[in-house]
Amino acid sequence: MSETTGPKMVTLTIEGRTAVVPEGTSLIEAAKTVGVLIPHYCYHPGLPVAGVCRMCLVDVEKFPKLAPACATTVMEGQVVHVHSEKAREARTGVLEFLLINHPLDCPVCDQSGECELQDYTFQEGRAESRYEEPKRFNPVEDFGGDVLYVPNRCILCTRCVRFMGDVAHDPVLNVSERGDRAFIGKADGHDLTNVWAGNVVDLCPVGALLSKDFLNKARAWELDRSASICTGCSQGCNITVETRDNTVVRLKPRPNEAVNQYFMCEHGRLDYRWINRRDRLDQPQVRRADGALRVADWEEALDAAADTLRGRRVHVLASANASNEALFLAERLMAASGGRGWFRIARGAEAPLPGVPDLSLRAERAANATGARLLGFEELTGTPAIAPADAVLVLDDTLDGELPAGLVEALVRGATLVHAGTTLPAAIAGRASVVLPLTNHTEEEGTFTNLRGRVQRFLQSRTAPGLARPSWFVLGDLAERLDASAGFALPAEVFGAMASAHAAFSGLAYERLGLRGLPVLDAEARGLTVTDAVSA
Amino acid sequence: MGYPHASHGRETPVLSKYFGDPDARTLAGWRARGGYEALEKALGMDPAEIQGIVKDSGLRGRGGAGFPTGIKWSFMKPDGKTHYLCCNADESEPGTFKDREIMRWTPHGLVEGVALGAHAIYAETAYIYIRGEFTEPIARVTAAVEEAYAAGILGANAMGTGRRLDVHVHRGAGAYICGEETALMNSLEGRRGNPRIKPPFPAVAGLFGKPTTINNVETLTTVPYIIKHGAEWYNGFGREDNPRSRGTKLFSVCGNIARPGNYEVTMGFPFGEFLNELCGGALPGREIKAVIPGGSSVPILTREEAEGALMDYEGMVAAGTMLGSGGVIVFDDRQDMVKQIARLARFYAHESCAQCSQCREGTAWTTRILERIAAGEGHARDFDTLLSIGENMSGKTICVLSDSCATPVASGLKKFRHEFEAKLGPDRSRAVVPVMLTSNRTAAA
Amino acid sequence: MTYGPSAGQLVRPPAHHHDEPYVPVFTGERREKLDVILSRYPTRMAALLPALWMVQDRHGWVSEHAVEEVAQVLDLSPAYVKGVLSFYTMYHQHPVGKHFIQVCTTTPCNVCGAEDVVKAFLDATGCGELGLTSDDGRFTVIEVECLGACGFATPVMINDEFIESVTPELAARIVAERD
Repeated sequence: MSETTGPKMVTLTIEGRTAVVPEGTSLIEAAKTVGVLIPHYCYHPGLPVAGVCRMCLVDVEKFPKLAPACATTVMEGQVVHVHSEKAREARTGVLEFLLINHPLDCPVCDQSGECELQDYTFQEGRAESRYEEPKRFNPVEDFGGDVLYVPNRCILCTRCVRFMGDVAHDPVLNVSERGDRAFIGKADGHDLTNVWAGNVVDLCPVGALLSKDFLNKARAWELDRSASICTGCSQGCNITVETRDNTVVRLKPRPNEAVNQYFMCEHGRLDYRWINRRDRLDQPQVRRADGALRVADWEEALDAAADTLRGRRVHVLASANASNEALFLAERLMAASGGRGWFRIARGAEAPLPGVPDLSLRAERAANATGARLLGFEELTGTPAIAPADAVLVLDDTLDGELPAGLVEALVRGATLVHAGTTLPAAIAGRASVVLPLTNHTEEEGTFTNLRGRVQRFLQSRTAPGLARPSWFVLGDLAERLDASAGFALPAEVFGAMASAHAAFSGLAYERLGLRGLPVLDAEARGLTVTDAVSA
Repeated sequence: MGYPHASHGRETPVLSKYFGDPDARTLAGWRARGGYEALEKALGMDPAEIQGIVKDSGLRGRGGAGFPTGIKWSFMKPDGKTHYLCCNADESEPGTFKDREIMRWTPHGLVEGVALGAHAIYAETAYIYIRGEFTEPIARVTAAVEEAYAAGILGANAMGTGRRLDVHVHRGAGAYICGEETALMNSLEGRRGNPRIKPPFPAVAGLFGKPTTINNVETLTTVPYIIKHGAEWYNGFGREDNPRSRGTKLFSVCGNIARPGNYEVTMGFPFGEFLNELCGGALPGREIKAVIPGGSSVPILTREEAEGALMDYEGMVAAGTMLGSGGVIVFDDRQDMVKQIARLARFYAHESCAQCSQCREGTAWTTRILERIAAGEGHARDFDTLLSIGENMSGKTICVLSDSCATPVASGLKKFRHEFEAKLGPDRSRAVVPVMLTSNRTAAA
Repeated sequence: MTYGPSAGQLVRPPAHHHDEPYVPVFTGERREKLDVILSRYPTRMAALLPALWMVQDRHGWVSEHAVEEVAQVLDLSPAYVKGVLSFYTMYHQHPVGKHFIQVCTTTPCNVCGAEDVVKAFLDATGCGELGLTSDDGRFTVIEVECLGACGFATPVMINDEFIESVTPELAARIVAERD
């Protein structure tokens, strides 16, 4: 096979459907390509194959025995039956075995509703057990980190052991003992403190590994879910934001081969409480003649903001978690007036997940520093050069709740300040002429650009507090007042304008980003390694 | 010979000729008995030629599966890769204790066979994996290996040929499943003794990921005799009407029998004569009720079935069972078959490696039902449940431990159903109360 | 009545056991011995079973401290070592009596009266119950699965010593002879 031709393709029949897949593909993956999900427990596409649960046994013509679909590779002309009598019997057999010692505690189990044991039992239809003996019992164990182990529910699929060993390269879990005495074990003093350890909870197909953070918080079926992007660092892990009654209760990784495969780190996963904070800015405010900030309506506040900025050089101090769309509109204000844009960013230690190429908890702990840079913002180092005649727009930069040194001095000497943000730190409240309440990234939609130049969409998952408006909407209205340009009705329109105005984003269309994102076109030229330039 | 008893005239002692003879244990003693002549001869031969001779001899794997040894060896080609030979000395199939005696009495015979086998598969390194409980065999074989190194039989210049041959003894630590070849390799690599999914087969990726051949102690110990006396000589043993089972075989006999021990007979020997003449039949005043002829994993025979069987691979299949490892377990009329089958199931439940769902849960469930029946609390519906569980445990797992648990249960229920029925208790619905299942872990907690 | 398959394998720490400072195993001669063992295999992991045997020979059981030491010496994680350790029933995860008595009770021995031999050992040692260590710390008796000497029923292992054809009468004598 030469380098230019793709892998050799193999054609086979699965449940009467023709599948054409690359040589070496497993039956279980080949079946997915034709819409057949073969029930399984131990198999996970992000982990090495174990072949131990025996749930995915399928009937392959000319094979003497049922074959595990996860550990059997495709062969030309193969005919595979997933729902033959023989295969179905084997599956119901496995389910019965897995359930004999499994407690019927679904009513109090966090996994209930998203449990593969429940799902397959329902799907394969074995409602009754013939088991009459006492059930095995072992106490719940705290595995450290965010993880609890409930051995009674464990089906020994070993996904967690393989994740910690083969993906995290931190083998702190094992299978201990043997036979039906076996359980998932760990060594004393070696807890699941790895920053990637929380993935074992997602990987667990049953309720054996639980998140302490999510413990007893909600039933799976009460949750609303929407696609989003983690703001914990610049990796841009694809996530699902799960809310209950408009409150974010859990973040889960959303598969994206090109970014985070199936995983996310604990830093991102557990850092969501700020999204739900109650002290949000929820009404526009304008500083009155008496020197106090007072509530205003949006029209008045936007007019006041425009007046504050008009005729001055507008500098923008933006959050590195602002969307590309908001940053683009802010950048237009800067560009039109000759101002500059800065962002500040928190940093931490880089923590790679060794088993996945180019996946790491990044040192830059914000989602869109790359987008900011591409759009002409620079990281603020030292004192910003702000003249007394300038204006400053703070775009949700609430780092430390303090304004950067130099900005305060400039304000004292006559510079003006408009604050558009989700919260109002005291340091800003004392200085801003106008305060515009914005939605946070879970309350609006937009895009982030990750450190590899991949532009990824996030969707709205909860409603905004009070009168807060999406950042792109507010900045669009502000721009309309300042330069008489037309406003924007949709984030897609802002994105379109950005793509035509900025070479980096040219050729990209909001709709085409899908939910997995696309790389910016000259990412490579900019030294941004693009891991998967063709995937859409 | 029928060690620990005197040899019976109808035996054909080849491997067992020196059982009970302490002089055969030393290098000098082994050489005096013609030892290491075969190895010297083989080292002068091309491995492919040795593979051909072993193929022609008709030798089949003596560990239980009966795969033709020469064919297994012929999978190993001179491909320039590192090859390994593993000697499976993890003899652990209940009823089988032949390899133990080979290692205790003729350790040099094994070392010679292992060295010869390594050469025959283009390997420089061989490991003898001996189960941990075999403290004496480990000591004997280790001593033999040390002697062989000291005498230049093993080492960088094996028998002066300029070839390197290393043989290492590796001690197991208590796990029946390590007798399964891929589990043994995992164990040798320092892992849990979990059987591996095949493919890849050991000949492609075995020990340490390298092409590997794994042979039983009895198989490897036989090879030097074949090299010495020729394929025809070995192929000459066996019944005339069965060309597929040739040579001699060691049978271990235990349980309720007059003279338990190891007997070496030619393939196809009449089982009735074997039990009643060689082994002396039932104990005084007793009658044989049942026989498991090939280690605990094969179907149970009634006495009548056993007495009509022929002792080779095909003969045992014709009798509805298998030759297996040649471990013959005899039950007499005192034995409670329900209790003994429950005890067998408990063995498998204890030894399941815990990988496959069917085996991990099924062996334990089977044990619990059988022990409940044995305690007089069974119901008629338990029989159907047992057979159905057994069906779900068979042919669906990575290795055959699960099948091995189901087999004696199914044959026992079929052939001794009256004993099961006699134990049934009053039918009442049971309250299921969780109990703390004892294990090392809960004890520590 | 317990239907659990492992009832006979329960090993509990003896009452007299106290935590003593851990003495490393792999120093001096034992370290050299381990290095010789390591030279036989292409991976360090392959020396795990031999290393655990060396620990047990030295300390009589394999403690959490020993797990840490073995893991460190062989570049493995402690959890990995524990997973392997607990797979093999001959390694003790708890301290046991000075004389650790294993009586084979699998079917071939069972039909020859192995359960009576177990009872004789329990009575003679004063252990009372399988897996418990006698009050004086001298004996622990367990049932063991097939020792591979079925023709010599009932085989018994006392530490590394293998005794064939043990009868209930012989059991009492064997216990009486131990210190």
